[in-house]
Amino acid sequence: MSAPTQTRERTSSSTETEELTGAEIVVRALRDEGVETVFGYPGGAVLYIYDELDKQEAVQHVLVRHEQAAVHAADAYSRSTGKVGVALVTSGPGATNAVTGIATAYMDSIPLVVITGQVPVALIGNDAFQEVDTVGITRPCTKHNFLVRDVNELAQTIKTAFYLAASGRPGPVLIDIPKDVTAKRCRYEYPEKVQLRSYKPTVKGHSGQLRKALQLIANAERPLFYTGGGIILSDSAAELTQLVRRCDAPITNTLMGLGGYPASDRQFLGMLGMHGTYEANMAVQHCDVLVALGARFDDRVTGNLSHFAPHAKIIHVDVDPASISKNVKVDVPVVGDLCSVLREMNELAEEMGIGDGSLERWWAQIEEWRQRDCLHYTQTDTIIKPQYVVQKLFELTAGNAIVTSDVGQHQMWAAQFYGFDRPRRWINSGGLGTMGFGLPAAMGAQMAEPQSTVVCVTGEGSIQMNIQELSTCQQYKLPIKVACLNNGYLGMVRQWQEFFYEERYASSYMDALPDFVKLAEAYGHIGLRAEKPADVEPVIREALRLKDRMVFMDFLVDRTENVYPMVPAGAALSDMILV
Amino acid sequence: MHRHIISVLLENEAGALSRVAGLFSARGYNIEAMTVAPTHEASVSRMTILTQGSEEIMEQVLKQLNKLVEVIRVHDLSEGPHIERELMLIKVHAVGSDREEVKRLADIFRGRIIDVTDRSYTIELTGTGEKLDAFLHALDPGMVIEVVRSGASAISRGAKSI
Ligand SMILES: Cc1cc2nc3c(=O)[nH]c(=O)nc-3n(C[C@H](O)[C@H](O)[C@H](O)COP(=O)(O)OP(=O)(O)OC[C@H]3O[C@@H](n4cnc5c(N)ncnc54)[C@H](O)[C@@H]3O)c2cc1C
Ligand SMILES: Cc1ncc(C[n+]2csc(CCOP(=O)(O)OP(=O)(O)O)c2C)c(N)n1
Ligand SMILES: [Mg+2]
Repeated sequence: MSAPTQTRERTSSSTETEELTGAEIVVRALRDEGVETVFGYPGGAVLYIYDELDKQEAVQHVLVRHEQAAVHAADAYSRSTGKVGVALVTSGPGATNAVTGIATAYMDSIPLVVITGQVPVALIGNDAFQEVDTVGITRPCTKHNFLVRDVNELAQTIKTAFYLAASGRPGPVLIDIPKDVTAKRCRYEYPEKVQLRSYKPTVKGHSGQLRKALQLIANAERPLFYTGGGIILSDSAAELTQLVRRCDAPITNTLMGLGGYPASDRQFLGMLGMHGTYEANMAVQHCDVLVALGARFDDRVTGNLSHFAPHAKIIHVDVDPASISKNVKVDVPVVGDLCSVLREMNELAEEMGIGDGSLERWWAQIEEWRQRDCLHYTQTDTIIKPQYVVQKLFELTAGNAIVTSDVGQHQMWAAQFYGFDRPRRWINSGGLGTMGFGLPAAMGAQMAEPQSTVVCVTGEGSIQMNIQELSTCQQYKLPIKVACLNNGYLGMVRQWQEFFYEERYASSYMDALPDFVKLAEAYGHIGLRAEKPADVEPVIREALRLKDRMVFMDFLVDRTENVYPMVPAGAALSDMILV
Repeated sequence: MHRHIISVLLENEAGALSRVAGLFSARGYNIEAMTVAPTHEASVSRMTILTQGSEEIMEQVLKQLNKLVEVIRVHDLSEGPHIERELMLIKVHAVGSDREEVKRLADIFRGRIIDVTDRSYTIELTGTGEKLDAFLHALDPGMVIEVVRSGASAISRGAKSI
């Protein structure tokens, strides 16, 4: 850690024009932006900022144990509230540790402002102590980034960063601030407006296109809604539900879109894609009109592109023009913010009298696919099925928990078996698929909603990628419930090896696992273990009863259970491997 | 696969150029040439990018460029009538009878000899990429000492700006 380069004098409070140091400006701007919580980790380059943070109470700082966790926590804070998440880390290793978190948020379009310290301006480019080219490293995984060389530009840059992060297609924005800039002084005034001649996201959809889209829906015999993370990001679940109900059409969600439409509703077909339901994938392959809203035709969703939705005219609404016709050529493109677009679609639908068409034959076909009962599993009284654990979690939390997950089979089971009726309850890393996301994400969600039950569904592999955060949970008394579906394997990897690598299990066995119960206890938490099916319910009940304690539930589950259905990578959606 | 000339107006700021270059490499788009310099407005730079790709790829290239926060405007000049120019500076061996020969060739191509030694000429030539290629082909390859090309600059025909 470098020694302070400058001693600061106190500002006399009587001066008319308020002169603040860069560090004071950072904290004041965060406050003026309405930020209540910042997740971070200190180091030399950000010490002036930490010094200022410590002098006030409006902005709470949460000290994590690893910078990756700071960014994941800020990310989940945003996913659960819709606000912009904020993380603060130091230069060099602080910034590089944060990169995985930033890339995770970038892939899922989550609005973040990440503040990184940088070496003093005069040292930039000199291979100074703890110097990395942070804006260079993060350029491809941020929506935008800034290096602030002049304290006079600091307030405006922070304002712009928040605006960019939250508007249009959201995403993480990084502000790199050299240490000397945080010590220099200038007049502070938080700007009211952002001036960007080159950035003007489209909000309103083209009315002509929307009419055309609705006409297509009205005339369809086999319409299907396919909606994604854009519904969650734009807070338009209610508008979506209204439209889908009116059309009486079936709807499927991407992994990121879960909760955008009530899972318990009859019209909901479950998730689509690689581990989507039989009925959802079959509906995609047979529909005649596909209405894609805030979904980006990811390869995990489409399977083989040349066989995707072969009979469908496709309508696509997205705020990002680059999402449209990127992977799949669409027939009716609409650029706009879903909140505004769906409102207008609902009005137009009423005006056009849409919703009286009969889709009985389509629904009869769908019910037939549903009979296939593709998520079926059998719980015996000897070995715990991982699906059973998630189902019990769902029942015992009455579907009201915020569920975060890590990455792997457990993530898919959480998505398949925890029915989300509301948006912003399901928090996972879809685009980057970042193991280690679950626990810090649970921290962010629990900080945002202290009253909610937050469950982290994880695997014994993933949880070890940010296990140090158990310490943060202790410091801030976060009563998170960790549900570890411990199969002793990097299960998702093992499944691929079983199916596609002739059962050669290279490095997918998790040997030398710690005793998670003792580990939880060592961090001051409560550890519980379930070894047989009869233990599952009592363990969950006990964990939920301990309202103000963090509880680590270690479920020893079937080691070789697989996630079904599965569409092998590159196959058509209808070519599912079924149980 | 078609050749496209894309004009990009962008904020004249540090890092803007690397954002565009990074976009092309990260997304695997082809770049044959790229030039950038400030315009009559000091805060705006203009970039000319020579690229190739299918219709679908070009649609993505334009959309992705537009998405960059510092990009003010993107235009595919190859969609309409336009003028393209590139500057080439070329240093060639020129001794004995070759001196006359090179001078004649430069004249045919409307090149100018801008530096002379007793053994070499340096020629300045502007035109389309094709014309510069043709000049290079017309020279005996053994004569060429050094070639510098600016990459294409281009502008639309008519009275309007992009
Ligand atoms: C192990 C694993 C397995 C997976 N299996 C599956 C699977 O079986 N099925 C599946 O679906 N996914 C699966 N995924 C996730 C997958 O990788 C993608 O992350 C996911 O499919 C993308 O979801 P999305 O299309 O909803 O897009 P998102 O990434 O959520 O993107 C949101 C889209 O909405 C747009 N948008 C944002 N805001 C607005 C707004 N205000 N108005 C309009 N549009 C807006 C954005 O521009 C973007 O195009 C898996 C991931 C992992 C790690
Ligand atoms: C950081 C990171 N490294 C590697 C992977 C590749 N990967 C995907 S799933 C998985 C296994 C996860 O194991 P575990 O957490 O035990 O979950 P399970 O699949 O067994 O439920 C791995 C290694 C990844 N997604 N993220
Ligand atoms: Mg596992």
